[in-house]
Amino acid sequence: MGLEFPGLLTATVFLPAAGALAVLALGRNDRTARLLAALVALADLALAVLVFAGFDRGDGAARFQMVDRFTWFSAQTLEASYILGVDGLSAPLVLLTGLLGLCAVLASWHITLRVREHYMWLLLLQTAVMGVFTSLDLLLFFLFWEVELLPMYMLIATWGGGRRQYSAMKFLVFTILGSAFMLVAIVAIFVSPDVGTFDMTRLLAPGSGLSQAALALPLSALFWLFFLAFAIKLPTWPLHTWLPDAHTDAPTAGSVMLAGVLLKMGGYGLLRINLGMFPDQTRQFAWILIALGVISVLYGAVVTLRQTDLKRLVAYSSVSHMGLVLVGVASVNVAQGQLTAAGLNGAAMQLFTHGTVTGLLFLAVGLIYDKAHTRYIPDLGGLAGRMPLVTIAFLVAGLASLGLPGLSGFVSELLVFLGAFRAFPWATALAVLGIILAAGYVLWMAERTLFGPGRERFAHLTDASAVEAIPLVLLMASILAVGLYPAMLTGVFQAGLAPVVAALNGG
Amino acid sequence: MSSYDLYLISPYLAVAGTGLLVVLLDLVFRRKGLLAGVALAGLALGLLLTAVQARDSLGLGGGSGLPNLAIGPGLLAASLAVDRFALFFNVLVLAAAGIVILASVDYLERMRGNHGEFLALLLFSATGMMLLSAAAELITIYIALELTTLPLAALAALLMDRNSSEAGLKYLIVGAISSALMLYGMALLFGFAGTTSVEGIAAALLAPAQQPVPFGSYAVLAAVALLLAGFGFKIAAVPFQMWVPDVYQGAPAPVAAFLSVASKAAGFAVLLRVFYTGFGDFDWHWGALAAGLAAASMTVGNLVAMSQTNIRRLLGYSTIAHAGYILIGVAAVAGTSASQASPGSLTTAGPSSVLFYLAAYVAANLTAFVAVIAISSRIASDRISDYAGLVQRSPFLAAALALALAALIGIPPTSLFIAKLYVFSAAVHSGLAWLALVGVINSVVSAYYYIKVIRVMFLEPPAAQERIHISPTVWAALALVVAATLWMGIAPAAMLGVAEGAVRALSGVAR
Repeated sequence: MGLEFPGLLTATVFLPAAGALAVLALGRNDRTARLLAALVALADLALAVLVFAGFDRGDGAARFQMVDRFTWFSAQTLEASYILGVDGLSAPLVLLTGLLGLCAVLASWHITLRVREHYMWLLLLQTAVMGVFTSLDLLLFFLFWEVELLPMYMLIATWGGGRRQYSAMKFLVFTILGSAFMLVAIVAIFVSPDVGTFDMTRLLAPGSGLSQAALALPLSALFWLFFLAFAIKLPTWPLHTWLPDAHTDAPTAGSVMLAGVLLKMGGYGLLRINLGMFPDQTRQFAWILIALGVISVLYGAVVTLRQTDLKRLVAYSSVSHMGLVLVGVASVNVAQGQLTAAGLNGAAMQLFTHGTVTGLLFLAVGLIYDKAHTRYIPDLGGLAGRMPLVTIAFLVAGLASLGLPGLSGFVSELLVFLGAFRAFPWATALAVLGIILAAGYVLWMAERTLFGPGRERFAHLTDASAVEAIPLVLLMASILAVGLYPAMLTGVFQAGLAPVVAALNGG
Repeated sequence: MSSYDLYLISPYLAVAGTGLLVVLLDLVFRRKGLLAGVALAGLALGLLLTAVQARDSLGLGGGSGLPNLAIGPGLLAASLAVDRFALFFNVLVLAAAGIVILASVDYLERMRGNHGEFLALLLFSATGMMLLSAAAELITIYIALELTTLPLAALAALLMDRNSSEAGLKYLIVGAISSALMLYGMALLFGFAGTTSVEGIAAALLAPAQQPVPFGSYAVLAAVALLLAGFGFKIAAVPFQMWVPDVYQGAPAPVAAFLSVASKAAGFAVLLRVFYTGFGDFDWHWGALAAGLAAASMTVGNLVAMSQTNIRRLLGYSTIAHAGYILIGVAAVAGTSASQASPGSLTTAGPSSVLFYLAAYVAANLTAFVAVIAISSRIASDRISDYAGLVQRSPFLAAALALALAALIGIPPTSLFIAKLYVFSAAVHSGLAWLALVGVINSVVSAYYYIKVIRVMFLEPPAAQERIHISPTVWAALALVVAATLWMGIAPAAMLGVAEGAVRALSGVAR
């Protein structure tokens, strides 16, 4: 039972942008602006749930569903279309964006500086990310990819802390550099005589004309141009250096969106474009992907262990966990006909899981910082007695990220390792070490900040307020739900990845 | 001269005539504000006549449409080509002149009552630019070029202070040198071909090569290089760009605005017409030259712009960089026919990308300049640091300037994103992938200094508290160019179609 409802995706993508204008126009005072933004985010979450629930997972269902399509512009020498659609890969990510969008709005409830403007950028950001996940035209994809930059830059640079302007600029420069590579690849695909289209539904179909013979640039060059853009966004070692700065200095809502959905754009790009359009190159270069992935996992984990700033700690743990996405993608390096979907499924699952887990971690860290006014771990301690709900959220997210069975992290990590082990047994074994290190830093951090003797000066601390508690509960519920009933997601991802698996198996 | 000839040159007559009228009325009128109204009416009349001609050239008026080149037997026969290519640039130049006049209403108060001179010189220069885009013969090109340049030199010096006089003198001298070089090139070309008509030159060049050098003869090779120097001055490409920063800084802001868009557009118009029509069969030779100039202009412009602290100098270097991006499109068509790999319709991609880029650039750069004119006539400073906290003093001016700068980087959904995409895809298509890559990397580099300005406006505490008020005409000008910038970014189809239609008038394209 597919849901055919023309305009549903367009509404999902552009509702936040319309909301941003409404907030700007109608938000007479801060309270109205907040309520309006929350309403818009809630409505968009409802639409996202509708998209996810309405996605037809049946065997005979169309690959891309709920497609909105019209010609954007068409001249003799340049044409592009407006195509939105979801498949099994993007539908869960649309849900994730809706979920974290609401959390980000609620997490910035206490902001008093230029409130209207803040919510305008936050909602615009949501439109951009939704657009990236649903665009099925390369030019449109690139457009949303670029539109995402300015809101995030403004969020970090205006509402951040520390060296916020430096960090925001660093984020911007890295991302623009990556998207420049991507633009060259997109143009090269378009001008290739046998292709001549930006339409991804055609480019992703088997026999799309993306054959070695008639391309403006060699296939492997295209693969690497796209890879650079996505590797910066993911981020993978050694292109990760913008991430700790951006995260540390971003406001809580910014961190939630950055870690929760913006990094997923990189992983989504890898799965959708690198793997989807260049499956053979992905297999050919899988050894580089796994090397980068394992280094990211281990390096990220080791550096995380040494952090004393809570936010920086969570940021580096992201580098480690996003490395697992690369490990999962590298699982395609097996003989034709031997490939199972496990590794790729794990990589896609890891995108969703890490989004909710890190979102929750940043929310908890943000609450601690707001109340205790410090993120310096040696200064903290004994918060459990004062902030029970925050402590529980912190523990749930932490345990999920170290892969405790019953929580969502376990599912994605297990799938990644199952898949990758068949392709690169030794490297995968090394990556598993990263999970052991994760147990180390998560538990050690929990012990030093949450437990131990209560500090005198934290005696007045209060737990999360009702508004602050909503996102914590929402994300905890989703982590538990996915952990206990993973088929809810794996089934959908499987449907999205099946065509690629079939192509790699020579079918 | 028949009445049909008069009809063909009526837009030029209308604009030049309005210029003369403004000079006369300046002696009579006390209220100088009325003069701007007269000038705008003249531009509107020119636009209307251009629209009538465009209707006829499309055959919408019932006739058979205008002939493409040569406008029939008569005095003007071989000297002007009133085709859709020329009409395209008429619209561009007239619109740019109108916007500049609208935007300079506040600024004119600093001109010590020289309103009449400012408007008249602007109209004369605009006439020259329009003629330049239609000129199909060397002597007409030269005269049109001088008609463009001399009023601009006077306009640059119109503030009559130290910087302004320096700007005027510099523009005059560098312009005179480049005119002399170009004239020498024309003389060589005439000596070789025995005709001054661009079509005639093309025919003469078809003769078998005499020497084993590009263009078949050392004389023609030298002529082409010298012509390129002359045109390079108009479009402000490296290495003919030395005058740009000082003139942009010293000249009155509206004059700098006009220079940066209309003068550049007219320069590219004559460049395209002479090279595609005259040297079309040697395009791979001059295509390589254009590619070299493009790479040099982009790189030099962007690198030097990074260290600027004056907004007008920064925009000056940015126009040099953009001349480079546009030259990519000029180089691109050359490559296409050299590789001979592509079917007919695609050969228009190069020149039509140049036309689309120019239209997009006129809108975006005018947005930036109108905002700068409005700001600098209120805060009396062009230093970027004085733009601090502008968003709190005038949110809409700051937003418009930010939009313009984002467009100049090439961030969607603005006009220059589509334009850059178009130019780069034309380049990749004609085997110039390296040049497209240089262009993309340059766009990334340029983001640094454009965003620096945005950061100052939005993130730094304001230098002064009082709000910036601007008059309604400036608002109107700003609204028009902002709308055009967004329109070409969101719905580029119409302008793409117009650009493709206009270049088909050039013989040498899509043969």
